[in-house]
Amino acid sequence: MADGLHLDKVAITHGGTQLITIDTHVTPGEVLTIMGPSGVGKSTLLSAIIGTLADSFDCSGHIILNGRDLTPLPPDERCVGILFQDALLFPHLSVGANLAFGLAPGGARAERRTKIDTALAEVGLEGFADRDPATLSGGQRARVALMRMLLSEPHALLLDEPFSGLDAELRGQVRDLVFEHARARALPVLLVTHDRDDAEAAGGPVINLG
Amino acid sequence: MVRFSPLPLFPTLTVLVLLGPLAAGLWGTILPAFGHLPAAGETGPNLEAFHALFDWPGIGPAIRLSLVTGIVAAVLSLAITSLILAGWAGTRGFRLLERLLSPFLSVPHAAAAFGLAFLIAPSGWIARLFSPWLTGWDRPPDLLILNDPWGLSLIAGMVMKEVPFLLLMSIAALGQIDGSRRMALSQSMGYGRISAWMFAIFPAVYARIRLPVLVVLTWSMSVVDVAVILGPSTPPTLSVQIVRWMSDPDIAFRLQAAAAALVQLALVVGAVGLWFLGEKLLARMACARIEAGHRGHNDRTLRAMGFALGTAISLALLIGLLGLVVWSIAGFWTFPDLLPDQFTARSWIRHRAGSLDALGETALIAAIAVAVGMLLTVGCLETEERRNLRLTERGMWLIYLPLIVPQTAFLPGLQTLFLNLGLDMGRAPVVLAHLVFVLPYLRLSLEGPWKAWDTRQATVAAALGASPNCVLWRVRLPMLLAPLLTAIAVGVAVSVGQYLPTLLVGGGRIETLTTEAVALASGGDRRAIGVFGLMQTAAALVPFALALALPALIWRNRKGLLNG
Repeated sequence: MADGLHLDKVAITHGGTQLITIDTHVTPGEVLTIMGPSGVGKSTLLSAIIGTLADSFDCSGHIILNGRDLTPLPPDERCVGILFQDALLFPHLSVGANLAFGLAPGGARAERRTKIDTALAEVGLEGFADRDPATLSGGQRARVALMRMLLSEPHALLLDEPFSGLDAELRGQVRDLVFEHARARALPVLLVTHDRDDAEAAGGPVINLG
Repeated sequence: MVRFSPLPLFPTLTVLVLLGPLAAGLWGTILPAFGHLPAAGETGPNLEAFHALFDWPGIGPAIRLSLVTGIVAAVLSLAITSLILAGWAGTRGFRLLERLLSPFLSVPHAAAAFGLAFLIAPSGWIARLFSPWLTGWDRPPDLLILNDPWGLSLIAGMVMKEVPFLLLMSIAALGQIDGSRRMALSQSMGYGRISAWMFAIFPAVYARIRLPVLVVLTWSMSVVDVAVILGPSTPPTLSVQIVRWMSDPDIAFRLQAAAAALVQLALVVGAVGLWFLGEKLLARMACARIEAGHRGHNDRTLRAMGFALGTAISLALLIGLLGLVVWSIAGFWTFPDLLPDQFTARSWIRHRAGSLDALGETALIAAIAVAVGMLLTVGCLETEERRNLRLTERGMWLIYLPLIVPQTAFLPGLQTLFLNLGLDMGRAPVVLAHLVFVLPYLRLSLEGPWKAWDTRQATVAAALGASPNCVLWRVRLPMLLAPLLTAIAVGVAVSVGQYLPTLLVGGGRIETLTTEAVALASGGDRRAIGVFGLMQTAAALVPFALALALPALIWRNRKGLLNG
C-alpha cells in the first residue's frame, strides 16, 4: 500500500455542506477516472490534492503519496503535477523557456538545453524550442504542456478534463500520449472527466460522483 | 431617409478636450522658455531663461531630488504591490488587505500627506507614543523628519498613496489572465508562491498595468501638493520650485519657470526611457532564472514582509486620517500627551465660513467637470458601440497621456497663454483643466462594466421595436446605474483632489478645499489643517458612499441588478 496515491477518507465540506467523500487508492501506472456532471466538485477534489483549496472549504482525511502525507504540505512541496483543459503555456516565454520553467532545477546550462530538446523530440516537436507558444496548434500546445509538467518530475499526475478542448481525432491521440508517458514513468494518475470515452480509454477503475 | 446623428461628435470632442489644453499648454511653455513673453515686454527667441535657470544655485539639487524621489517612490510602490500580490493574492488575508486599502484610493493626496505628517512629525503621534518613557523627550525633539533634505518622508507619502492604486489596477488585470490557475500550475511544478507569481503571473499583470505604472512614475517625479507638505524646501523639488516662480509677483520669473518646466519634461522623458531599459534588463534576468529552474521555496520571510508592509500602509493612512480628526477638535494639547486635554468645536466654528465657501467652489467645479465628462464618455462609448469601433492600444495611450505628461510641464504654459491672450483666468478655464484629468479616470472606470454588459439585451429591446436611443436611455443606462454612479464618484474624487490645475489655471484666485488646505502647510496651524483636510476627504468620499447606497435603494426590489 505504500506506493501510489492514497486518498484516505478524504471529505470536503463547504459552509457545513458535504461536497465529496472519497476513500481510494491509485497504484503507480494506474489511471483512476472520476466522473460526474459539472458542479459536483471534481475540480475541488483536485485542488485539495495539489494543495490550493480555497480557505472557504474544509478538507478532512489524509492524502498520502508514496507513503508521504501531503496534507500539511504547501502546494510546491507536494510533487503532484496537474494538467488543465487549456494548456496554459505562458505567453511571455518561448516554447523552450516554458519547458525550462518546468524542468526540475539543477544541471549545467547545456545539459538542461539537451533535456528540453529531447523532451520536444519525444512528442514530435523537434526544433520548436524558439517558437512563440501562440503560433502552435491546439494539439501541439497540449503536448508541450504535458512535457512541461513531466519535466518537473512529479510523483503523481492529475488531469482536469485536459482533453475536452480538442476535437475528436486529436483527442484520442493526445489522450493516448498522456497515458503512455504516465505509465512509462509509473505515475499514479487521477483523471477527472465527464466524457465516457476518456474513462474507457483510461482502462482503470471509475468512480461516479454526484 | 438619412437622419442627422450627433454621435460622431463625441470622440472628436473628447480628443480635443484631452489634447487641446495639453498642446496649448506645452506651446505656452515653449514660448516663454525661449524668451518670448509679450506680457512682460519680452520678445525672443533667446536662451536667457535657461541661463538664469542654470545660474540658480539650487538647480542641481532640485533636479536630483525630482529624479531620485520620483524613481525610488515608483520602484518601491511597484515592488511592494508585487510583494503583497505574490505572497497573498487569493487568500483570506489578501481580501482583508484589499478591503482595508480600497477606500483610501479616493482620499485626496493632500489629506493623506497631512495625515502622515501628523503621524511622523517630531511632535506627531509616533513620537508621543514613545515619549517620555522610552525616548526621554519631554518636548518635541529638534529633528528634521518632515521636509527632510533627502525627501524620505516625501517618498513615504507617495508610496502610501500609490500602492493602493497599483494594487487595485493589478487586481482588475488578474481577473483577465486566469491568475489562480497559473499559480496552481506553477506550484504543482514545485515553485514557491512568490517565485511562481514573479515568473508566471507578474509578466502578464505588468503588461496590463504598464500605463498606470508610468502614471505613477511621472506623477512621483513632478507632484506638487504632496511635495509642498512632505518634501524638502531649500531647495525643493524642481516642480515645487516651478510653482514658486509662477506665483512670484515679478512676472519675469515666468520665463525661468517655463524653462524649468521644459527641463522637468525632459527629466520625465529621460526617466521613462530609463524605466523601459530597466524593464528589458529585468525581463532578461528573469529569463535566465527561469532557464535555470530555481524554485524559491523559502519565501516565508518575504511573504511576511509583504503582509507587514500592506498592513503598515493601511494603518498609516487610517491613523493619519484619525490624526486630522483629533487635531480638528483639539483644545489645548501638550507634548507628549497622546490626546488633547479637551475637545472643542472651536476650530470648526472659526473656519466655518471659509471652509463652506471653499466647499461650494469645490463642488461647483467638480459637478460641471464630471457632468461634461460623463456626457463625453458615455457618448464616446455609445458611438464606438454603434459604429463598431474598438479602442486600440494607441487610443489607450491617448487617454493616459494627460496623466503621463507632468502637470508642471504644461499647466504653467496654459496660465501664460491666457495671460498673453489677455483672457481673464477664472472658473471656466479651471473646469476645463479639471476635465483633462477627470476624463481619463471616467473612461477607465466605465470601460469594463460598459463592455461587460450583455448586448443581447439590446437585441431583444430592438426586436421589440426600441430605437437605439431608447435602448440606451431605457435599458442600458438604468442597468448600468451602479457603475455609472461609481464613475461619477471617481470623477468627483479626482476633481476634488486637483491642486495644480486649480492654482495655476485659476491664477490663484479660485479657492477650493485643496488649494486652501495645501496653502496651510507652511503655516503649521494644525487645527485648521485638520478642518480643511477632513472637509477635503469628505468631499471625495461622500460621493462614493452615495454610489454604493443609491443603487441598493433604487433597485431594492430588483435582485438581478444588485449583485452585478
